[in-house]
Amino acid sequence: MGLDCMMRRLQQVGRLLPLFAVLALMLTGCSSDPYLSALTPKGPAAEMQLFMMKLSLYVMLFVFAVVVAIFAYVLVRYRKRKGDNSIPEQVEGNHKLEIIWTVIPFLLLIVIAVPMVSTTFTLAKDYSQDKEAVKVKVTAHQFWWEFDYPEAKIKTAQELYIPVGKKVWLELTSADVIHSFWVPGIAGKIDTNPGMKNTMWLEASEEGVFQGKCAELCGASHALMDFKVKVVSQEEFDAWVAKMSKEKPESTTDGADTALAAEGEKIFQQSCVSCHAIDGNGGKIGPDLSNYSERQTVAGFLRNDPTHTGDEAVRTENLKKNLHKWLSNPEEVKPGNLMKIGQLKPEEVDALTEYLSNLKRQ
Amino acid sequence: MAQHAARPRNTGLKDWLTTVDHKKIGILYLVAGGFFFLLGGIEAVLMRLQLMYPESNLFVGATFNELLTMHGTTMIFLAAMPIIFALMNAIVPLQIGARDVAFPFVNSLGFWLFFFGGTLLNLSWFLGGAPDAGWTAYPPLSGTTYSSTHGVSFYVLGLQIAGLGTLIGGINFLVTIINMRAPGMTFMRMPLFTWSAFITSALILFAFPAITVGLVLLMFDRIFGANFFEVANGGNVVLWQHLFWIFGHPEVYILILPAFGIISEVVATFSKKRLFGYSAMVFATIVIGFLGFMVWAHHMFTVGMGPVANALFSIATMLIAVPTGIKIFNWLLTMWGGQIRFTTANLFAVGFIPTFVIGGMTGVMLAVAPADFQYHDSYFVVAHFHYVIVGGMAFGLFSGCYYWWPKMFGKMLNETIGKWNFWLFFIGFHLTFFPQHFLGLTGMPRRVYTYMAGQGWEMGNMISTIGALVMTLGTAVFLWNAFVTSRKAEKAPADPWDARTLEWAIPSPAPEYNFAQTPRVRGLDALWVEKMAGNKGMTPAEPLGPIHMPSPSILPFLMSVGFFIAGFGFIYHQTIVSVVGLLVVFYGMFARSLFDDHGFHIEVDEIKETEKGVKL
Amino acid sequence: MIHDHGVLPAEPEKATLEGRNKVLGFWLFLGGETVLFGSLFATYLALKESFVGGPSPEELFDLKIVALATILLLTSSLTSVFGVMAMHKHNTKLMQLWFGITVILGAGFLGLEVYEFYHYYHEGHTLTSNAFGSAFYTLVGFHGGHVAFGVTWIALLQAQLAKKGLTVVTAPKFYVAALYWHFVDLVWVFIFTVVYLMGKVGA
Repeated sequence: MGLDCMMRRLQQVGRLLPLFAVLALMLTGCSSDPYLSALTPKGPAAEMQLFMMKLSLYVMLFVFAVVVAIFAYVLVRYRKRKGDNSIPEQVEGNHKLEIIWTVIPFLLLIVIAVPMVSTTFTLAKDYSQDKEAVKVKVTAHQFWWEFDYPEAKIKTAQELYIPVGKKVWLELTSADVIHSFWVPGIAGKIDTNPGMKNTMWLEASEEGVFQGKCAELCGASHALMDFKVKVVSQEEFDAWVAKMSKEKPESTTDGADTALAAEGEKIFQQSCVSCHAIDGNGGKIGPDLSNYSERQTVAGFLRNDPTHTGDEAVRTENLKKNLHKWLSNPEEVKPGNLMKIGQLKPEEVDALTEYLSNLKRQ
Repeated sequence: MAQHAARPRNTGLKDWLTTVDHKKIGILYLVAGGFFFLLGGIEAVLMRLQLMYPESNLFVGATFNELLTMHGTTMIFLAAMPIIFALMNAIVPLQIGARDVAFPFVNSLGFWLFFFGGTLLNLSWFLGGAPDAGWTAYPPLSGTTYSSTHGVSFYVLGLQIAGLGTLIGGINFLVTIINMRAPGMTFMRMPLFTWSAFITSALILFAFPAITVGLVLLMFDRIFGANFFEVANGGNVVLWQHLFWIFGHPEVYILILPAFGIISEVVATFSKKRLFGYSAMVFATIVIGFLGFMVWAHHMFTVGMGPVANALFSIATMLIAVPTGIKIFNWLLTMWGGQIRFTTANLFAVGFIPTFVIGGMTGVMLAVAPADFQYHDSYFVVAHFHYVIVGGMAFGLFSGCYYWWPKMFGKMLNETIGKWNFWLFFIGFHLTFFPQHFLGLTGMPRRVYTYMAGQGWEMGNMISTIGALVMTLGTAVFLWNAFVTSRKAEKAPADPWDARTLEWAIPSPAPEYNFAQTPRVRGLDALWVEKMAGNKGMTPAEPLGPIHMPSPSILPFLMSVGFFIAGFGFIYHQTIVSVVGLLVVFYGMFARSLFDDHGFHIEVDEIKETEKGVKL
Repeated sequence: MIHDHGVLPAEPEKATLEGRNKVLGFWLFLGGETVLFGSLFATYLALKESFVGGPSPEELFDLKIVALATILLLTSSLTSVFGVMAMHKHNTKLMQLWFGITVILGAGFLGLEVYEFYHYYHEGHTLTSNAFGSAFYTLVGFHGGHVAFGVTWIALLQAQLAKKGLTVVTAPKFYVAALYWHFVDLVWVFIFTVVYLMGKVGA
């Protein structure tokens, strides 16, 4: 009868197997965004972190398996049977067993702790004096990211350009509240604290546009405070630096409806320039908009190439669409943002969109 | 005896407002904590509905932040803590054979402070907006510059008042357990629930003052223009995080240890076995409590403390797994060789074990500092702490409610409805929180009000929301059960579960004086010892005589109203209102000190009358 | 009820369970207070260099007044010990005398502190001037608040003593008030060292 019962239970477990399969699928990260997930690392830091995650998970799964095995056995074997009113033996304890389950977990923890300490120190390595490393100052704002390349004298926003396979040394701070800089696919995260400076190194082993997130609650639009890390080849990076760091840069709006773009530029100079800079002219309260036509996102989170097609036409078309949406009603798109432009007329939105979406560095 | 007052006969509302009886205060805690639990639950469901689909517009931006802040704050401070206090009040004095707690007046004051603190906090919904900086309220987001409504001020004052109530409650239980144990009830014969109440109270005593200071600093910044967290004037924003987590981490153990205690009682009773490795269990509880103070900075691995601090706190945190593991194995071995009965109370206890082990596993994973750089502030963390707090503590509290309901209310909860309650809550729970692990690992930060489509998070969020609705149904079934039970006539016997500890030696519900005669305790599991010796009940340690009781008092209620008024005054910068409120408080203290309470006696005739109809 | 018969034990504060509970509870409360002041000290230590634009501790503090305040408070701790000794001898009159002196010394301390704060205020050192100011006034002010509460408390107990006499009910109150007073005194020793001496010398 006991065996019968056990079989029935095993069948029940069998019925749950598809569920486990689905969960296992999720675990491998099949359905997730490969440029966002910590489970598909594309850089040494994220790889080390995934190793530590797996190591601790496997050790813990071993413990879990032991617990569940005893648990299942006990529940089946020692259920009260009908009519059995005997009184079980009142066991006080068992020193041998108790020592075993104190010492073994301790040893298991050492297995995790040793690589943990070495990884902690590796991740905290200082590359500030490394001439090879690209230095970037990151300043978080409600709700956007400012990237400053002090050596190349480049200021950008929302998009961090880095060369593949190179160390990038970040110095991070905040202009207002606490935010947290997180690029799951390449590295972990670090907080940006106002009045303090944190540091972190990044390295990507693959080209692509990686998603970054703000991980610390920072206000109404915390959910939308995304950024991108664009990993490019060294040549492409050098070209980008050369383009962006020109002493006397000048943007063009080639290919645009020039009359409309000129109208847009006029509106920009009237209403936007006190907060936003283009080519070094303008305010510093909002993101720098130089070379806007190459942006991967609008407002930091409306993705212009959401499915990673790499198709420039798709990106440009979405850029216009998103920009139009954003400028029409910023408060609705990104609540609590500081862009107080009031209600623009539809034709003003059209003009600004035309101007900004064609803004290229020569 | 001339100065002893006649026996007061308060009824109805007046009775509940003035009672100093720990059993009634326990019920007050349960009702008020249950009410806040429902509020926090509704807030959770609203958030889950918003997150069910990408780019929803139900609760957007600041509104969602208010929901998440109030959900966390309410659940931790106004639901979990009070329900723990409910069970501690109802059971601990009975388990140690005491007539009362050490400070009945303070006990009542503790309840009313919690109640008015919680009410004050929740009134913010109607007065310009709830706090929206998260339950952790990190400045500068919680400062006036970035949170300009009164919301966070309500948080500060509400928690300060409620926290004061918790602190004095903790002192009360420490003294009760140290000084008021029945003859023969040595420390190493105390039931595990009492032990956990003892350690939890000690943690409260040493943890809450840290948040008191944190809240004072934030209050001074917000209300008097101080500069603790104003970077421009030399303030330091990380200071708050240290103070908050020096409190906040022990708080986690304040919540979970009583659940451990409950599980230990329930598993032993329903296995019909003595708790396996009792002394190791006690030792593990103490070690967990101690280590709980050494690990606060593991909430701050990404703050930038440097590799040395990160590595040390990482190792200290992992160490907690050892005593916790001891507990798990001892529960399993308690069941081993037993006669396991699957009552609802035991279902929750049994369901607790694998669930809590999962929470513990992810806890060790989170303790690994470099890996935490990925988990931190992601949905992985949300999944982890809900496995520990809901899958651990809430399961424990449900178990405790089913187990001790007859002792508290004199009636048994319905077992059939109870099983529906368990399975719905259990399945709903895992559906809600299991997928969240993967959401976090695939990049979803916590505390986001929405997410864009196409990031691979749709399915996980959908399952999670469905699970939350199933959990809601499970909770509704519990309420239904409580309602049905209150309507039924059948009274519970004194010892319905064939249990082991002292509280089952007296009638259900426990009479006002608890024990007609103080019992003599002759071993661990005091009642079981007597049962095995063939005795019908406990051997009394004293002759039957009149029992001295403390008088009811309205002062605790009044003083709490005073704090409530003062809180309003501070929030709205109305000094006069604050002064009036504080004067009420001081009047209460003054009156309490000046007019001695001589109490009253319950006479022998009345005791005999009460004990007569008891079903043992 | 022992006091009904007019016989008071040698340690009247511990004669009843209520009394013992009160004393133990109060010791525990002081444990919590230790964490409270510990947190305030930690806050002060974290922020004491942050006097952006305002006067530094070194420029500000006048050790003469503070030393006088310290002497007053330390002496008051001693007189409260004499008060408890008188209580153990059931000498109500002497109790009133010693606790009376304690209250007066405490009030003197408060007077000096108010004078000191007034002086700082006019030198531009306020709660709102900078983080150092916030931390200083919160730490020292919390202590001052404790002293003020203690002075009022002991004075009220003396009024009760005059009315009700020394009983197993009033004795524990004096005992815990004296415990409280020692604690407040001890905190001041730390404030004197950490805030004033280190502020003057440590800079």
